[in-house]
Amino acid sequence: MENLAHIPFGKERIRMFEILQYGFMQNAFIAAVLVSLACGVVGTYVVIKKIVFISGGISHAAFGGIGLGYLIGLNPIITAIPFSILTALSIGFLSKKVELSEDTAIGILWSVGMALGIIFVNLSPGYAPDLMSYLFGSILTVPLFDLIIMLVLDIIILLTVFVFRREFTAISFDDEFSKVVGIPSDVMYMLLLCLVALSVVVLIKAVGVILIIALLTIPAAISKNFTYNIHRLMVYSTLTGIILTSIGLWLSYLFNLASGATIVLVLGFAFILVSLIKKI
Amino acid sequence: MKEKAVQMEHVSLEYNKIPILSDINLSIDEKEFVAVIGPNGGGKTTLLKIILGLIKPDKGLVKVLGKSPENARTRIGYLPQHTNFDPSFPMNVFECVLMGRYKGLFKNYSVEDKNAVLNALKTVKMEEYVDRQLGRLSGGQIQRVLIARTLVREPELLLLDEPMASIDPEMQNEFYKLLAKISKNMTIIMVSHDIGVVSAHVENIICLNRELFCHSPPELAVKSLADVYQCPVELIAHGIPHRVLDKHVKENSDEY
Repeated sequence: MENLAHIPFGKERIRMFEILQYGFMQNAFIAAVLVSLACGVVGTYVVIKKIVFISGGISHAAFGGIGLGYLIGLNPIITAIPFSILTALSIGFLSKKVELSEDTAIGILWSVGMALGIIFVNLSPGYAPDLMSYLFGSILTVPLFDLIIMLVLDIIILLTVFVFRREFTAISFDDEFSKVVGIPSDVMYMLLLCLVALSVVVLIKAVGVILIIALLTIPAAISKNFTYNIHRLMVYSTLTGIILTSIGLWLSYLFNLASGATIVLVLGFAFILVSLIKKI
Repeated sequence: MKEKAVQMEHVSLEYNKIPILSDINLSIDEKEFVAVIGPNGGGKTTLLKIILGLIKPDKGLVKVLGKSPENARTRIGYLPQHTNFDPSFPMNVFECVLMGRYKGLFKNYSVEDKNAVLNALKTVKMEEYVDRQLGRLSGGQIQRVLIARTLVREPELLLLDEPMASIDPEMQNEFYKLLAKISKNMTIIMVSHDIGVVSAHVENIICLNRELFCHSPPELAVKSLADVYQCPVELIAHGIPHRVLDKHVKENSDEY
């Protein structure tokens, strides 16, 4: 990242507090916290309801929404919101109402969404300067406006989960029984997929559409080792997310590496470490 | 006139052109304790799911507690045959049973609900395990928790699909005592394979193999069992205490 070239590097020890003096670093850490909230809360359901690949499908299809943003000249984060919600509803609808297995529905929307994005970018005038940041993330360059959108989406996600926590937990645990006790389980499932779609939008800037699935699964998968309580699992996942993305952010800055990929590698490394320690 | 718990008229269902149930006529009284028996693939589970309204029959009329199955569903307790949940699911016994008291969107659980959960756990003798994570229970213990989850709803109609499958024999006897006790307050329909044990405990037996072969007290039902299973059946009633039943069929039960 060339905009980091002017930062004194290697001469002195770089401390976390020093790098926080840079405005973009502060933004990056705020982004890390906002991202971790979304992935801690929604990621918990993604992991316990085992909808990891649906979430993968939604996150990749969101690229279509980003392409649309380029085409019509709007902030791609804004256009990604309706687009990924539409994808989430389509996957849910196709698998529940049409005789089509869910993984087939995921496969179709996953690739069609990405293909649409590529065509949209093709059709846009000029060239797309920061397209890579949507694909692979660039948490160091999140503008204030995007942070505000992330904050708003986080608030929507947290409120929805708070209101429907009983229903989400019940359908994750035993879908048939939740129907029997009168939970509108199909509607709740669709709503949960919409929350996945919103968290995908929150996460795009941090790690990019291709790596989002790591943030939606790894913090919850790590935290699952330490608690059997779903609410604590959400808190632990959020904290794990904050710590690990911050470490990733710091390492990517220190070694001048791509931030999204570094964060994912830190998450992966932490997961392996925890699994090994758990084994012993 | 007394309200019937379940009423079915000419109910038929096909799946991929294969008949699952054909022309079922059935009427179950309130507070009746009845077992549904029949071979695998005979449509027993499907029958329960029709009563619950989870499956709609192609033909015929179904009334449950005087209403359509969907509308009666909140008054039905249902224990499925397989509950394939993830053993590492982050939930303890108390939280699991509490789900049975679900009352609707935006409605929180009350103190009353929580007491009902503790009572239901006492009924199935699982009160010591309130805080235990589900994955750390044995199969039989999980089954008891799931029964508590069904009982805590105080249903008027209880549907049990092979409830004894993962319960050890001593516990089974306890369990039948429990069912006998609660059957005073609600209608119980239980799907079972174990013809012998079941017949010592229930009032009536329904023999089902695509068609309804009989709906009668165990002594009479045994006669038609041979038709249902298409081979001679001997009534082996293991587990004491139980009613001793008259033999209706021949001794050679090797084929069964």
